[in-house]
Amino acid sequence: MSSESQWNNPVIKWVDDRLPVFTYMDHEYNQFPMPKNLNYFWNFGALAMIVLVVMVVTGIMLAMQYTPHVDHAFVSVERIMRDVNYGWLLRYIHMNGGSMFFIVVYIHIFRGLYYGSYKSPRELLWMLGVVILLLMMATAFLGYVLPWGQMSFWGATVITNLFSAIPIVGEPIVTWLWGGFSVDNATLNRFFSLHYLLPFVLFAVVGLHVVALHVTGSSNPDGVEIKGPQDSVPFNPYFTAKDSVGIGFFLIFFAFFVFFAPNFFGEVDNYIEANPMQTPAHIVPEWYFLPFYAILRAITFDVFFIPAKLMGVILMFGATLVLFILPWLDTAKVRSARYRPVYKWLFWVFLIDCVFLGYIGATTPEGWRVLGGQLGTAYYFLHFLVIMPIVGKLETPLPVPASISEAVSGRSSNASATDMEKS
Amino acid sequence: MLELPAELAVNEIEGVGMSEATQSPDSAEDEVERRDFLIMATAAVGAVGAASFAWPLVDSMNPSAEVLALSTVDVDLAPIEVGQSITVVWRGKPVFIRRRTQAEIAAAVKDDGADLRQKQNDADRTQKPEWLVMVGVCTHLGCIPLGQKSVEPKGDYGGWFCPCHGSHYDTSGRIRKGPAPLNLEVPLYKFLDDKSIRIG
Repeated sequence: MSSESQWNNPVIKWVDDRLPVFTYMDHEYNQFPMPKNLNYFWNFGALAMIVLVVMVVTGIMLAMQYTPHVDHAFVSVERIMRDVNYGWLLRYIHMNGGSMFFIVVYIHIFRGLYYGSYKSPRELLWMLGVVILLLMMATAFLGYVLPWGQMSFWGATVITNLFSAIPIVGEPIVTWLWGGFSVDNATLNRFFSLHYLLPFVLFAVVGLHVVALHVTGSSNPDGVEIKGPQDSVPFNPYFTAKDSVGIGFFLIFFAFFVFFAPNFFGEVDNYIEANPMQTPAHIVPEWYFLPFYAILRAITFDVFFIPAKLMGVILMFGATLVLFILPWLDTAKVRSARYRPVYKWLFWVFLIDCVFLGYIGATTPEGWRVLGGQLGTAYYFLHFLVIMPIVGKLETPLPVPASISEAVSGRSSNASATDMEKS
Repeated sequence: MLELPAELAVNEIEGVGMSEATQSPDSAEDEVERRDFLIMATAAVGAVGAASFAWPLVDSMNPSAEVLALSTVDVDLAPIEVGQSITVVWRGKPVFIRRRTQAEIAAAVKDDGADLRQKQNDADRTQKPEWLVMVGVCTHLGCIPLGQKSVEPKGDYGGWFCPCHGSHYDTSGRIRKGPAPLNLEVPLYKFLDDKSIRIG
């Protein structure tokens, strides 16, 4: 791998001897050994990276046209839609890009949950991923406020009021977040500033995520580590090609919404300018927050000395924070659900629970849905805090292949891509 | 942005180890040709895609529709006395409109034969000799020349004087002295009637 012999071009060699970027790229993206049994679920990290770049690029262009002032914000967005050259395209890409980002990242996360990607030695890689998720959520929320529609305004009001649940210092914190006594111009200004800042923080953490990934290497559907060159293929051309195929299909999916259903993921109320004197009858967050919103609303009773309001907030944040300790909650010795006959089903039950909570979050909390939300919330935490530790101990795993090569040669050639559905 | 394959081993993707996969390029000639074609085709599609994504980004920085809509401005000339200048705003820039005295017109016409940096007759710079309409932006580096008000310096040629870097313009707005390369620009305008013009 020495750069002395590797680079023939004298300019590249000169640079590489002083700053080995070419050697690094060659090592990490050309020769880098990838498990040869990866299926298409391993595309979603690359897809997330693509979306992040698209979001930053379109966001920078939009920021050149947007005015973060309560009197001008809504109108400036309409100006982007009507007067700015391709402004409609940039805004619809950015708007739908937010949803695309969460679709891709949620699939990425559930892939990790199914195949045990968070287990040793990839705990820190996983935890950095959870940090990325939190940053994404914050950025998405801040960005949703900027168009200054009714949902922007009341979403900002509700979410910032979460902090008022904190005992004693809650109210001062909310006043500090607002820079006043309600969501107003000062709030909009700081939200714009932070919405511009956080994606770059996100980039930095994604960098760490990738560095950590390249230390341990990718996990794989069989959950056994690479044991020799027979288990791996070089990143290029195998995964540059495979990722390109995935990117192609993903961009078609993305473009479909941008061009044919640009407001599919949005709320019509956000095309009404913010009115601090009137709350819309039915306010809901963007779809990617719905399960967490359901958890927030589920707690309608005080838990011991903790008031219902505070408990809802704690559980809502807890729903994401619990992912940090998942690597230690899962006691199983076997990594992949492919060889965990019990957990495999519990994974799907958990996924259905999350979708169910999403449905509860999207509807009004009345009748059976109150209890439904409470049961869904209880199961969410039960899954992580009780089921994961116990099933890991009690379950008898299927025999795990000795190596990736053995796993691949032991299966029929068309089984690898679809095993999540089949098994 | 897109990661394009540098080497596509199409018919070798299934079940081949690293050593075998990397040594193949010169094994069979028709395979190399097909691979080259695939690489070129993929790169071409990727380049077209990247360019068609890049153009909207670039074009969004061009003047938007509501800026272009401000491209004309109508000016009523009736209140302007002989020897008086006004400044109006057109596309964010000052436009000088001066109702020249007979002496100024005569001086400008007399200098048509002078050694001018940008050769232009006074008659070519006006539609009616009495009315001089020019963009009031120095052709050097964009400052606004002095001379619109009677108390301001008018330079060595009795027209306008740019205080930033010392360019002197004559009574026809032509550059006579100093670093500016060109005469003050005459914008497109037309007389709507005897006493009003439309600029742009």
